Amino acid sequence: MTDDDAAAGWFVALDPDDPSLESATEAVRDGSASTPRNWPTLAVEAGVADDAEDYYDLLHEATVDATREAVREREAADDRQLVHAVRAMDDCERTANELAERLAEWAGSVDPDAGVGVEYARDLTEREDVPLRIASLAERVVALDDETADLREYVERETPTIAPNLAALAGPVLAARLLSLAGGLEPLAKKPSGTIQVLGAEDALFAHLQGHAPSPKHGIIYVHDAVRGTHPDNRGSAARALAGKLAIAARVDHYSGEMKPELEAELAERIETIQSRTDGSNADADDSSDDEPGGDGDD
Amino acid sequence: MTEPESLPEGVERREIDGQQRLATRGEPVYGEPTEGEWRAWDPTRSKLGAMLELGMDTALEGGDTVCYLGAASGTTVSHVADFAGPTYAVEFAPRPARDLLSVADSRPRLFPLLADARKPETYAHVVEADVDALVQDVATRGQARVALENRQFLADDGRLLLAVKARSEDVTRDPNEVFADVRETLEEGYEVLESRRLDDYHADHLGIVARPRR
Repeated sequence: MTDDDAAAGWFVALDPDDPSLESATEAVRDGSASTPRNWPTLAVEAGVADDAEDYYDLLHEATVDATREAVREREAADDRQLVHAVRAMDDCERTANELAERLAEWAGSVDPDAGVGVEYARDLTEREDVPLRIASLAERVVALDDETADLREYVERETPTIAPNLAALAGPVLAARLLSLAGGLEPLAKKPSGTIQVLGAEDALFAHLQGHAPSPKHGIIYVHDAVRGTHPDNRGSAARALAGKLAIAARVDHYSGEMKPELEAELAERIETIQSRTDGSNADADDSSDDEPGGDGDD
Repeated sequence: MTEPESLPEGVERREIDGQQRLATRGEPVYGEPTEGEWRAWDPTRSKLGAMLELGMDTALEGGDTVCYLGAASGTTVSHVADFAGPTYAVEFAPRPARDLLSVADSRPRLFPLLADARKPETYAHVVEADVDALVQDVATRGQARVALENRQFLADDGRLLLAVKARSEDVTRDPNEVFADVRETLEEGYEVLESRRLDDYHADHLGIVARPRR
């Protein structure tokens, strides 16, 4: 039995003359032992520390460092899980809708009361008088729709743990989409707010940069109430204000992880100011005017 | 309220915001009310706090060596580190562990570890043997099992301070049945000295003080 290996403390690989933090960190993270022992005493005997106090100082530094590194890695991995989930959610939804269209067309040839969409597919699965192949296809559509709902639930649950401020400000699904468009929390945290403002409107942006289109006012953040609930004349301002706060939220989430509830209040105040410019005229009358120039990536 | 209490040294009942509250001395962590250098220890946010508030005999004396499983964001651990000695804090989830790190920043004898309490071998090379108290608050299935597997860290005369969350074992079962099962499993390695429902502060939780069986 390799007793030495199995019963070694985290500090055994350290050079007593030069206990570098890097090797200590690695030892804390990747080491293991079959049983605990009186490590402080053993470390002093090994000459790694002068006394117990010295040992604990060293241990504090090593555990804080190791844990910080491990946390950073794990969380980075978590945001990638989320990116996959939100992309899968969108794929499932799109595919369910496409198949539902195909299904409605097919079923229409045998069912005089054929409806449309996923709801109709759901109806079909509950009926007995449907030809087998059509019924089977309907079941696929329903299953995809259920999967979409499950993925949405996952995204709604996970986003706040990975990017709490961003999720609070944008809502979990929009927050996850922003992470997806940027490729993760760190890349999002490093983007200027002007880029976040037009994430998801790349076609319009490049058309603009090539000189034959106006600049897009917003990308995916269009779905946020702060933008959609603002009169079209002021949506550019609203999108700029929102993107600014989202950029801050992403940076706080990535670099510190603290909750900053004041961000929400600040955004609400700013949006109120922007919306009040059109108050009294037609602040609510924006439903009919969704096709303003340059607003690509609206949906 | 004036009966003799077994609060560890460094934990006191102080008047904070016009109320008698448990308090420790240290850097504030979660926006808790403070009075001078004392900060209130909220029993509704901390199961160990609730156990002390209810007068359970934890045998903590102050200056103890502690291994804390399920440290989460460090709300309770921050208070423990305020009055205890070397405090090992094991947490499995990265997000709360990040908060735990900032708690550790101002507490030089708090050692945060990102590890799974169900796998003691992954931190036995760091956490020392013969700790005075093993505090456990993990919201996972098999809480008694976790306590048994981590018994190896505990000194012979040390104490297990366990908060059992019934809903983590089985949400559909009657908490009393769950608690009975947990106690039974626990008896394999521990002698239960005291147990009390923490419902005044935490719904469906049982506080247990136990010592290792020889």
